[in-house]
Amino acid sequence: MAEIIIKQVAKSFGTFQALHSIDMTIRDREFMVLLGASGCGKTTLLRIIAGLETPSQGEVWIGGRRVDHLPPRERGIAMVFQNYAVFPHLTVFENIAFGLRMKKLPQQEIDKRVNRTAELMHIEQLLKRYSGQLSGGQRQRVAVARALAMEPDVILMDEPLSNLDALLRLEMRAELKGVLAESKSTAIYVTHDQVEAMSLADRISVMNGGKIVQNASPVEIYRDPAARFVGSFIGNPPMNFIKANRQDIGRWRVAGLDLYGPSHGASSLEFAIRPEDLTIGEGGFIATARVVEPLGAHTLVTCEVDGKPFRAVLDSDLKVAPGDVLTLIPKPDRIRWFDPETLLAV
Amino acid sequence: MQSRFLPYMLLAPATLFLAVFFVYPFVQIGILAFSSGDGFTMGHIQTMASHWKFGTALWNTVLLTAIIVPIQLALALSMASIVTKLKTGRSTILFVFAIPLGLSDLAAGIIWLAIFEQSGFLNSMLAGLGVIEQPILFLGYQNMWVIFAAVVLAEIWRATAIMMVILVSGMGLIPKEYYEAAEVFGASPWKRFTKVTLPLLRPSLQTALILRTIAAFEVFAVVVALGGTTLPVLMGETYQWQFTMRDRNVAAAYAMVILGISIAATLVFLRLLRVPKEARL
Repeated sequence: MAEIIIKQVAKSFGTFQALHSIDMTIRDREFMVLLGASGCGKTTLLRIIAGLETPSQGEVWIGGRRVDHLPPRERGIAMVFQNYAVFPHLTVFENIAFGLRMKKLPQQEIDKRVNRTAELMHIEQLLKRYSGQLSGGQRQRVAVARALAMEPDVILMDEPLSNLDALLRLEMRAELKGVLAESKSTAIYVTHDQVEAMSLADRISVMNGGKIVQNASPVEIYRDPAARFVGSFIGNPPMNFIKANRQDIGRWRVAGLDLYGPSHGASSLEFAIRPEDLTIGEGGFIATARVVEPLGAHTLVTCEVDGKPFRAVLDSDLKVAPGDVLTLIPKPDRIRWFDPETLLAV
Repeated sequence: MQSRFLPYMLLAPATLFLAVFFVYPFVQIGILAFSSGDGFTMGHIQTMASHWKFGTALWNTVLLTAIIVPIQLALALSMASIVTKLKTGRSTILFVFAIPLGLSDLAAGIIWLAIFEQSGFLNSMLAGLGVIEQPILFLGYQNMWVIFAAVVLAEIWRATAIMMVILVSGMGLIPKEYYEAAEVFGASPWKRFTKVTLPLLRPSLQTALILRTIAAFEVFAVVVALGGTTLPVLMGETYQWQFTMRDRNVAAAYAMVILGISIAATLVFLRLLRVPKEARL
């Protein structure tokens, strides 16, 4: 059992407040992804859980034990570093065995675990090599094998795929998911790549400016962003936003359309819709196509609605040329509303 | 001019200078040590080896080196480890540590002489404190070990900084992530030092040890200042034969011995601290 509880953890570097009172619970064996742009505090939070950084305040609990005063080696964790940190002076075997030797496990057990994890990561033929003789992808595999060999309660991963090329990243992502699902470890994974986050996570914590903006399942994060930031950060292309003016209770005027919306007291809200939740038909937004990008399965059309850029993902059978005028109907159940003052969902 | 020759052209003057003023005298000394008027001879080597002071001088030199270099290595490693971890004031401390480097070894010897001699600081302090009534003769031939210890002390004081500076720069090259990885995977601070720092520091250790050991085999001025000829060392004997006994051939033979043990030590360090190409940082 390794449930991780983070209670009011804050961290400041000098006058810079990197983390503002974070509260979070990660369930046993859950795969949690911390997602955010660079500088949002996600790596700092991971390093605080690892014990490589001390929180300015707050508590970290792993498996029912308060660990924030303990050194990393007493926390039952293993970590995969962004630059792999595969020791150059040790062979692949000794790299994977490093933590096991520190634990003073018997040689037989070390051999068993190294061979098993090496096989799992498909690097059994590289065991005698040094890091200098490996490719980036192979080093990445060694780093993951080293963490898995520890059979830790918690595996922490700091942007482990960010230094790999696109194809390799895709391959490793799927492999990581499979391998970690079979391990008994709770995983925390830091990334700025939303696709990685969506595909790996049981739950995503979206971070911005040292705070957790939303903490939910990938689909919920995508469908029901709790804040404007989440909608604009997640999704490629991101959500479209248009200013909505109140007509009557629950009636809003959005770029020339009258729409039913929340009965909110504010005089204006922000209407939001994902580009793929638009269809072509009668009585929608009047949009002038500006850029047309065929992407195979779909066509991404960047239009102008009300003088602002507005993106739509349309069927690729549809013939659209720049300058065409389209009418785009938002799917009613996919429309979201944000308060322009608080920037939160309404 | 073709640009690939340019680097060689630029290095030529220095290479020529070294060849003329180092290689040539070096060959000359080799010839001096092994030749007489009639050609090749081992006579000078025999003269040197059969002299009663040779064994003592060789033993003293090797013993001094064997004591000084490991102590300096341990000190330099611990100082460098601490300095590397400093967040502020690092350059100030490095600067202070480097002060003795600006001192000639003779000056260093004289400073320690001023401490240990009969009318020196140590005696005046002890007398002032009432510990002794008469000044003690620390550096007499009756107290060989005191001279020995004073030389060790002076050498450590004078020349540890050079090792430390080399090790500090070497430690600076080791990425922080390796330490973090070691820490996460269960290595205590001591294990991190032995399993990460030391192996990754091998190239710097090699340089530092070779430099210091060769210099230690050539110890001279500090010994002369503190012990005159009471404590014979190889370099001192070379000087004696050259200038007191006026026998250049035996002096050259001594120089060959120093050269020989220096090369041997260098080879040992090169072999012991070798880093295979694939295991480099």
